[in-house]
Amino acid sequence: MHVPDGFINAPVSLAAGVVAAAGLAICLRGARRELDEKTAPLAGLVAAFVFAVQMINFPVGVGTSGHLMGGVLAAVLVGPYTGVLCVSVVLIVQALFFADGGLSALGVNIILMALVTTLAGYGTVLVVQRLLPNKRASAVPAAFVGALVSVPIAALAFVALYAVGGTADLPLAEVALAMFGVHVVIGIGEALITALTVGSVLTVRPDLVHAARRYEQELELRTAPAGS
Amino acid sequence: MSGGHAHHQLYLDRETAIHRLAPQCKIAAVLVFVIAVVATPRETDWPYAVYALALLGVAAVARVPALVVVRRMVVEIPFVIFALLLPIIARGPRVDVLGVSLSANGLESAFILLAKGTLGVVASILLAATTRPRDLLLGLQRLRMPETLVQIMTFMFRYVEVVLAEMTRMRIARESRGFQARHAGHLRVLANSAGALFIRSYERGERVHLAMLSRGYVGRMPVLVDVRSAPSQWAVAALLPLVAVATTAAAWVIR
Repeated sequence: MHVPDGFINAPVSLAAGVVAAAGLAICLRGARRELDEKTAPLAGLVAAFVFAVQMINFPVGVGTSGHLMGGVLAAVLVGPYTGVLCVSVVLIVQALFFADGGLSALGVNIILMALVTTLAGYGTVLVVQRLLPNKRASAVPAAFVGALVSVPIAALAFVALYAVGGTADLPLAEVALAMFGVHVVIGIGEALITALTVGSVLTVRPDLVHAARRYEQELELRTAPAGS
Repeated sequence: MSGGHAHHQLYLDRETAIHRLAPQCKIAAVLVFVIAVVATPRETDWPYAVYALALLGVAAVARVPALVVVRRMVVEIPFVIFALLLPIIARGPRVDVLGVSLSANGLESAFILLAKGTLGVVASILLAATTRPRDLLLGLQRLRMPETLVQIMTFMFRYVEVVLAEMTRMRIARESRGFQARHAGHLRVLANSAGALFIRSYERGERVHLAMLSRGYVGRMPVLVDVRSAPSQWAVAALLPLVAVATTAAAWVIR
């Protein structure tokens, strides 16, 4: 869910806005390295993809369904900086055009769903990739673990922000525990669909999976002995 | 999160003073208004009536029908549910309401969350209903949002319908083969669709970029419509946030 107006008090919301703006500025520089002058059209289309893919509902259990957040998916596919930009743009459009998520809470939402999710998720992806064998297929389990970790960490980050700027007197330890439990379950769904999607892109266009670029090998020139 | 955004007409075409305001004035006004609402002190409840009246006034001048606003307010359902839970899970002294023991602090917080959240949602709805999406993006640029970010938003907004239509075609194709997502094992099918959708979106992005290059794109979009704002427009747009800021300030003084 997007954080609405009035959930986090004004000073913390404003501070979060400043932090989010600084984060976006860093990502704008990084995205230019990932996509060079193609940044705007490509990131725009990937943002449209993230927006669309959030509408795919998948069945979780009896009568309930979940949907993808797409933060780690975008980071694995197009790189962490562009991924943050795409998810942030989706959040800004949702707040400004669809009134989904408060305008004053935009900084909070960008921190939680774009910055923290990508930092924790993509960081985990990189660590897992280091532990797994050095081949392309390792990107799939890495994406799984990254997405799995990102959701509960974002939830805990939300509880932390709420502890600083929350408006109700909640038993924070219990809320943190409950949020963590619920979001581990949500994280499994996110992880499954993220890993399966990365796997399906990997089979068709491996060159489009940013996290799999480290496995690319330099072409080797081998000369056959003449006259054989 | 953003379950079922029906991506239909957000903008209501009218000829009113509010529609004619420069977009950057309206975005800034809504932003200040919302921050003032959020900064309302906890102990008071009368300011919310003033804010609501101010928004009603804007809606009346802009001739936005109440039904349109109410229909779009469904986006607030998730936090309404959370607000209803607050009195049950919050700590502090309990009060009995119809035989149920609820937290007084939680009840108060739930009311504040509902009031502030709803005012924010209505303000955003009015902004989107009185400003063309294209103008909103130009307004953001005028407010010094980095150009690359505005361009990404512009491309997203232009192509989201295309990507959504692509997704719908894929869903229809799946369903016409008798597919229905019933259990977690079907995730693979949905993920394959998502993967194909990503590749198609990315490749479309590459084609769009090449098409733009061939038309002389050098990394900046030419500004075709100028949305310059006159001081008088800023003065009109400042009315709503001024009312809100004055109300909040008064509430802090006399609480």
